[in-house]
Amino acid sequence: MSVLDSLTAEIASGGVRIVDLTHDLTPDFPVMVLPPEFGQCQPFRMEEVSRYDARGPAWYWNNISMSEHAGTHFDAPAHWVSGRQLPNGTVDSLPLDKLIAPVCVLDFSAESAADRDFLLTRAHVEAWEGDHGTIAPGHWVLLRTDWYKLVGTNAYLGMEKDGAHSPGPDADAIRFLVEERGIIGFGTETVGTDAGQGAHLSPPYPAHYILHGAGRYGLQCLANLDELPPKGATLICPPLKIRDGSGSPLRVLALVPGG
Amino acid sequence: MKRQSYDGVAVAVPVSVPYVRYSIETAHWWIARALKQLCDRAGIAHGDLDGLSVSSFTLHPDTGVGLTQHLGLTPRWLDHIPMGGASAVVALRRAARAVQAGDADIVACVAGDTNHVDSFRKLLGSFSRFAQDASYPYGFGGPNAAFALLTDHYMRSFGATREQFGSICVDQRKNALGYPNAIMKKPLTTDQYMNARAISDPLHLFDCVMPVAGAEAFLVTREDIAKDLGVPFARTLSTIERHNAFPDDPVQLRGGWAMDVEEFWAMSGCTPRDMDVVQTYDDYPVIVAMQVEDLGFCDKGEGAAFLSTRDTTANGDFPHNTCGGQLSAGQAGAAGGYLGFVEALRQVTGQSLGLQVMNAKRALVAGFGMINFDRGLCSGAVVLEGA
Amino acid sequence: MTDPIAAPPRKDPQQRTRSPLLPPVPRSRAALLMSAAAARGELHLQGCLSCGARIYPPRDACPTCLSVRLAWQKVPDRGHVIAETTVRTTTDAYFRERTPWRVGTVRLDIGPVLMTHLHGDVETPGPCRVRAYLDKSGNAVLMALPEQETPNMADDPELRELTATPKHRRVLVTDGRTAVGQATAHALSDAGASIVFIGVATPWLPFDGQDTLTAIPNAQIVPLDLTDATSVRELAGEIGGKTDILINTADHVRPGGILSRQGLTTTRDEFEINVFGLQRLAQHFGHGMVGRGADGVNSAVALVDILPVYALANWSAWGAHSASAAARHSVLQCLRGEMRAGGVRVMSIFTGPVDDDWRQPLPPPKVAPSAVAQAVVHALENGTEESFVGDIAKDVLARWQVDPKTLERELQG
Repeated sequence: MSVLDSLTAEIASGGVRIVDLTHDLTPDFPVMVLPPEFGQCQPFRMEEVSRYDARGPAWYWNNISMSEHAGTHFDAPAHWVSGRQLPNGTVDSLPLDKLIAPVCVLDFSAESAADRDFLLTRAHVEAWEGDHGTIAPGHWVLLRTDWYKLVGTNAYLGMEKDGAHSPGPDADAIRFLVEERGIIGFGTETVGTDAGQGAHLSPPYPAHYILHGAGRYGLQCLANLDELPPKGATLICPPLKIRDGSGSPLRVLALVPGG
Repeated sequence: MKRQSYDGVAVAVPVSVPYVRYSIETAHWWIARALKQLCDRAGIAHGDLDGLSVSSFTLHPDTGVGLTQHLGLTPRWLDHIPMGGASAVVALRRAARAVQAGDADIVACVAGDTNHVDSFRKLLGSFSRFAQDASYPYGFGGPNAAFALLTDHYMRSFGATREQFGSICVDQRKNALGYPNAIMKKPLTTDQYMNARAISDPLHLFDCVMPVAGAEAFLVTREDIAKDLGVPFARTLSTIERHNAFPDDPVQLRGGWAMDVEEFWAMSGCTPRDMDVVQTYDDYPVIVAMQVEDLGFCDKGEGAAFLSTRDTTANGDFPHNTCGGQLSAGQAGAAGGYLGFVEALRQVTGQSLGLQVMNAKRALVAGFGMINFDRGLCSGAVVLEGA
Repeated sequence: MTDPIAAPPRKDPQQRTRSPLLPPVPRSRAALLMSAAAARGELHLQGCLSCGARIYPPRDACPTCLSVRLAWQKVPDRGHVIAETTVRTTTDAYFRERTPWRVGTVRLDIGPVLMTHLHGDVETPGPCRVRAYLDKSGNAVLMALPEQETPNMADDPELRELTATPKHRRVLVTDGRTAVGQATAHALSDAGASIVFIGVATPWLPFDGQDTLTAIPNAQIVPLDLTDATSVRELAGEIGGKTDILINTADHVRPGGILSRQGLTTTRDEFEINVFGLQRLAQHFGHGMVGRGADGVNSAVALVDILPVYALANWSAWGAHSASAAARHSVLQCLRGEMRAGGVRVMSIFTGPVDDDWRQPLPPPKVAPSAVAQAVVHALENGTEESFVGDIAKDVLARWQVDPKTLERELQG
């Protein structure tokens, strides 16, 4: 039996579990909010075309519209100024082997619960590696904060007069993961790969700046990271093939061994 | 310039087609019945008619023109008179001059209307432009509300009472009981009148006519032709006609007759006292009062009092609306404008269908109609004398 | 004496809802000009420009001199009632279920004689002032009112048919995130609304004035995002049957025209909220409101929209916003005809620049949110179809009435 046949057999029998890391794409799913002078992230919208009625008797379908960065979504390198000139930087041109890859899940949910502005530092990553082993090259790294449980509450964005408040990495942590651990990409449960207060770090929005500047990818608004093992799962995350796209909503799945 | 007399003109053959409350037939059907009776009693074929005058509210989409082909007539004189309660007087005036001029010899004057269950509502909905713009949006009371305002103003101005108006209606009902075609068959007491359901204050049920279906007709021809046909006839001593009189009166308290009343009596060679029978247009008692005032029977504002102190039955001292008027006989649309005229013609030619006024020779017929918005615009009057 | 209207009891869920009927609709073209003035709350009568005669009912030539040079002009409103009647029976279905209905003959001091509705506090004979209102068919009708305000005057049953007064009615204010929305919610509560639903979008984003909303008496905060059909549909599903007055306070405003902007995303936001948001509201709330147009004391009566006066002519510095206002204005005109079947009035509140953060760089005069709110209440209480709030809006209207083309030039600067 080939590896692939074994895999599908295990999936069918429950030996390999599929975990859905994706939120429902709905109109009330929050999106990031930029200063009002800038163009905004259009939330997901759905207009019914027909529903077994006079507009179309035997079928039901909708028109949908959204920003590329609405809901559970993928950021490609072209999304950020630092990655604008890289080859294969748009969602239609990404090497596909990066989209089915092993994943490390760094659980800092307790720290985030205690401090909504928790910043993941290099020290935090190294401490995690002390428990779970070094992060090998060619992994996705996801920051588990259990923030997905806050969707629908004000605390998800934590938007206040001084901006948003949610956890994320600092510049050193990302630089370490990119330059010294060769990650494919970084994923979070919040609306951005950066912390809510990321504008005030140096460089501003360091996750975006450093990841995309190095041709790496981002995943945001992930869910159910609490069902994943620290290591050993496989992440599947192909974005829509939008010509010249900077990102897209997508279905993010994890294959987890042992039912 | 002195107006020409009506010498040589004969008015004959009074025809009333009995009224019904509701009819599924058309105005064409009712008019045809009247014309047939007219011709049968005159002893002529309908092809012998060379003049036709028609009045109807429910002939739409036809006018008199459509009727010629519909009924197989080929007249050399045709008139369509949309003047409501003044239609008979005006029809006579037109037909008489045509006959005198030789433009026509035998003119049928006919008015007829059907009454479907929604006829009245539909008629009101498109009655006149001013009614549409300035009257119906205010309660849609129709002519009842407009005449209620008029009655209210009249009562405030002259102190007339409901009892006085009631006596007009009660007497007319007595006359109606003797008239076989009257739609109202039961006596009316003053108590019933006073306590009847309010329609539009101060008007109550018995102040208002009942719309019905029916038709009326008469013949206008030369005296020599009338004699050849062997039909009793009447002569016309005088007529008047006036539209939109006194437009600056804020509320209508007088009609067009007041403008021309002196000429009217002078032309007739009579005075009001010479009348043996009076037929007024009685859409509402207040208009009856107005006619007796404006035609010289009493002073302005005294009309209701005047009639309430007279016995206006056919045998009384002032025979008035001797077949009951519209208030008791019913209003068959435009035929309401013919009812009094045809009754007057019957009375002065001794052909009454009900109570006959003894020795009736001279009759005054007044017409009034077409409440455009807040007042009746058309008025007319005629003195008939039995030949 | 007018009795105050009692708060209505809860609706009996077993009873059929009374269908809305309309007073007589047809009017001649000349009469429509009286309606146009009444739509803006004014009494205009025809006058002859050749001989000066004052003319009523409306017509096409002067009865004094036969000139066809007739014009509609604002006239003094004092008069005397000289006759009255109370209609108790009528063949008209609308009035039939509203009898007894009092009408009168009024002589205006300036001369013409009118048939009018009569307020219960007007006597015959007696002095009065005459106002032109729009009836439920959207046509002008005249009403004789007492010379001075009388207690509970607005509760007169005939007058209540001609207005959209908020007393005892349930109101939805669509956008409570803005100062205009908040001021409107306050004002409607003060005006006697029994409930003020206040729509708030994206509740996970805080906004100024948030805390004051819950302090408004009779207020209920409800989720409402005009850009999301599901949100509008779900709210309509919940409260559509008890929305008597819908006030759309949402307006997405940004500076910039057509060439001065890059791309269309901001313009799309403006149209999404200002034009499509209004349409979503209408599609989801409109049918219910039309169906409840005659549903008792708290019947559905009005859909009110607050929109920029630049709907009439484009102000190029705010050109895209103006374009969305023009489309919004046209949508309202369409709705006005469509909602007439229920006797539900579609009211436009035109404003000049509102005094908010986006208009911060503009010099005065600007319109205070409280002034907009007061204009909404005034329009409802008077049944005014089109209101113009503040000096700039009135100025723009005056110039537009002279010639829209000259206004276009003036606004292009």
